[in-house]
Amino acid sequence: MTPTAATNGGRPEGAGPPAAEAVGIAKAFGQTRALDDVSVSVLPGECHAVVGRNGAGKSTLVAILTGLLRPDAGSVRLHGEAAPGLGDRAAWQERVACVYQRSMVVPSLSVAENILLNRGDASLVRWRELRRQARRLLLEWDFDLDVDAPASELSVEERQIVEIARALAAGARFLILDEPTAALDSHAVERLFERMRRVKANGVGILYISHHLEEIYEVCDRTTVLRDGRQIVTARVDELDRDRLVSAMVGGELARAIEEQAPARPQPGAETPRLVVRGLSVRTPLGSVADVSLHVGAGECVGLFGLRGSGTVAVADAVAGLVKPAAGTIELDGKPTRPGKVDAALRRGIAYVPEDRHARGFVATLGVAENLTLPIQDRLSRFGIVTGARRRAEAERLVERLQIVSSGPDQLLSELSGGNQQKVVVGRALASRPRLLVVVSPTVGIDVASKEALLGVVDRARADGTSVLLVSDDLDELRICTRVLVVRRGAVVKEVRDAPWDRHELIAAAEGLEVAA
Amino acid sequence: MIDAAIEHVELARRPARRVLLGSVRELALLPAIGVLLVVGIVTSPAFFTTANFSNTAQFSAALGLVVVAESLILLTGSFDLSLQSVYGLAPMIGAWLIVPKDAQGLGTDWNPAFGILVVVGIGAAVGLFNGFMIVKLKFNAFIFTLAMLILLAGLQQGIVSGRTIYEMPHSFIYLGSAYWAGFPVSAWATGAVFVVAGLFLRYHRTGRAIYAIGGNLEAARAAGIKVDRIRIGVFTTAGALAALAGLMIAGQVVAVTANQGNNLIFTVFAAAVIGGIALEGGRGRMLGAFTGVVLLGLVNNVLVLRNTSTFWIDAANGAIILIALALARIVALVRT
Repeated sequence: MTPTAATNGGRPEGAGPPAAEAVGIAKAFGQTRALDDVSVSVLPGECHAVVGRNGAGKSTLVAILTGLLRPDAGSVRLHGEAAPGLGDRAAWQERVACVYQRSMVVPSLSVAENILLNRGDASLVRWRELRRQARRLLLEWDFDLDVDAPASELSVEERQIVEIARALAAGARFLILDEPTAALDSHAVERLFERMRRVKANGVGILYISHHLEEIYEVCDRTTVLRDGRQIVTARVDELDRDRLVSAMVGGELARAIEEQAPARPQPGAETPRLVVRGLSVRTPLGSVADVSLHVGAGECVGLFGLRGSGTVAVADAVAGLVKPAAGTIELDGKPTRPGKVDAALRRGIAYVPEDRHARGFVATLGVAENLTLPIQDRLSRFGIVTGARRRAEAERLVERLQIVSSGPDQLLSELSGGNQQKVVVGRALASRPRLLVVVSPTVGIDVASKEALLGVVDRARADGTSVLLVSDDLDELRICTRVLVVRRGAVVKEVRDAPWDRHELIAAAEGLEVAA
Repeated sequence: MIDAAIEHVELARRPARRVLLGSVRELALLPAIGVLLVVGIVTSPAFFTTANFSNTAQFSAALGLVVVAESLILLTGSFDLSLQSVYGLAPMIGAWLIVPKDAQGLGTDWNPAFGILVVVGIGAAVGLFNGFMIVKLKFNAFIFTLAMLILLAGLQQGIVSGRTIYEMPHSFIYLGSAYWAGFPVSAWATGAVFVVAGLFLRYHRTGRAIYAIGGNLEAARAAGIKVDRIRIGVFTTAGALAALAGLMIAGQVVAVTANQGNNLIFTVFAAAVIGGIALEGGRGRMLGAFTGVVLLGLVNNVLVLRNTSTFWIDAANGAIILIALALARIVALVRT
């Protein structure tokens, strides 16, 4: 563990106490240790990156540094003073500003009002003065934005500017940017960095959370790597090369290790493509792709590996007919699908297991059997009437196959564990015996046993001839794949044909560090 | 130096066009109101007279006051159905405490001024209760205020056994029956409340906080706005306004019936929504709500002057509301 003070060179000296300082922070949720003895400091005028894979503890650290969570142990100091109490939102707001991934602007108000929301002591709003003040602030930081524009008409980038400006208007000199580039295109990212440099030059300390490692080298001074809630290293970025950074994130001893497992073999017939995607461009708020081409053969499981926001999910959504692509064709069995039509895709035999299973995956208020057979009501019914016996028989077959643990076919989905709910979602997708199964991160947040069972089910479906497109940012899930495509910033950057996969290689490609690695 | 630059930008970016566009939602009803005026003038010689406008204003005043109340709650992203029962029950209890026994009173014969205080107090208390239960205890606004609506309407029937209270003292009915400068006091009062509420929403920080809460509650909380306190305060204020509206109508008809306020809430929602107050909160202005009230008042007036059978007036009202909603939707689509 490198103490932060040991590398305290090359930054403005005598700039006063750190903008923020967390010492010996520990936080546990039940059995899970989210953070264990983590110490991070951010100096005035410094940009300090915190990186780590999903579940490393970044979000917990942000929540503690913004006063949303109380640490079990350790202390937080802001500008040299002890942090305010958890309930005192106003005090936190004056000291820490956080630009979250989800938008915190009020769409019905103007830019000026959003920036100066609830600022000042006067009980009457003087509109001229408000607009002037907002304009002055934007001009001072050289942000270009019309203060009279309604916030509902702003782009993601402009909303971020509003949130940063609001933070600075509140007098905060410590800024947390939580994955600010996830939804930005590369020009917007450049402009964001420019803004960050200006803000830094004025003595504001920035804590920068990102998945994209190349950004850290561009804009940050120091970086802290978290893994499984532990602080692996804190060092200046010019002292930590990319190889070491990736190793720290993945786990040093595992970094170059080749996984010991039987590789999934492509089935005969993998050469006849079942799904062919050509020149696909999709834009969604949560990631976009441009000109992506890929194909999936019969009995193949193709992994689409990329970070959150890289556009992998957009490809899955487009194939499943959930979003309409801006350009490109999607063909199944040599015939184009109807873009943006879920029901048409379903009829053609494309089954989808979405990422947000709670929102789109199942009906919590219906029982296991009914959920499993929802998409095949037609097949089970006569003249529109579904008989209980037929449904039960079909559902029992699926319950058996998926090893779903429930008290019976009528138990409500809301009463099942997360793992079993997910099995129902996957089972439902397989109930219609699809030509193509599209799954997004099927094992996120479920227990190990369920994870094994689920991956086994998907793998068996593939062996039975269903083609699988598996979108994931979890290397574990990729082991059932026969081929892996790595997506970064909306483009396929790498194709790996031969299992077993080299973790280091995949992560480096997804993070954009390939050249250096 | 920087001030000069700002001034320059300010001049260059005079948001005239935007102000106009921003008001489209509020002014969407003006053409419809214009059409109604023309229809009124053409079909009835009695329409374009001071007396008629005075009557129409009086007819709409109480409704308008409840529309202000409901709009304030709608702007915070919630709603209160029981305002219609407050509108009936509060003046009922006030009158009950001050009129003599043989006029269906309780027999306490309180001072009328005290009665008026009781009216407003009951409104505020019911609003406070609703607000507390919905904001703090997180009851569903629909089902909770529906239950309150039924409960309060039942109380209103119960305490007078379905009879009507009359013979109310002059000061108690002043708000609903007196005239200033040839115009009903109730219309002046409602107009004033619209103006004050409009200015408050536009220029007071609490007013702006109401928009922020309705637009993005989490963002409002993060900005240090005392979200819960303001939401409950709005419920309380709305209750008091609805009670005052009930006092107005009681003064106009010089009686409080056991079913005063029945079905009022539908008209209230209609006026607010066709006036551009968004049901999902955060959007809309008092000016718009005002045009909604004027439109509904004029429709009623034109129909009455044309001797339309009272049995058809509800159907006509419903049709007008649907048309107004369709127009508002078209305006919204055109804007985007």
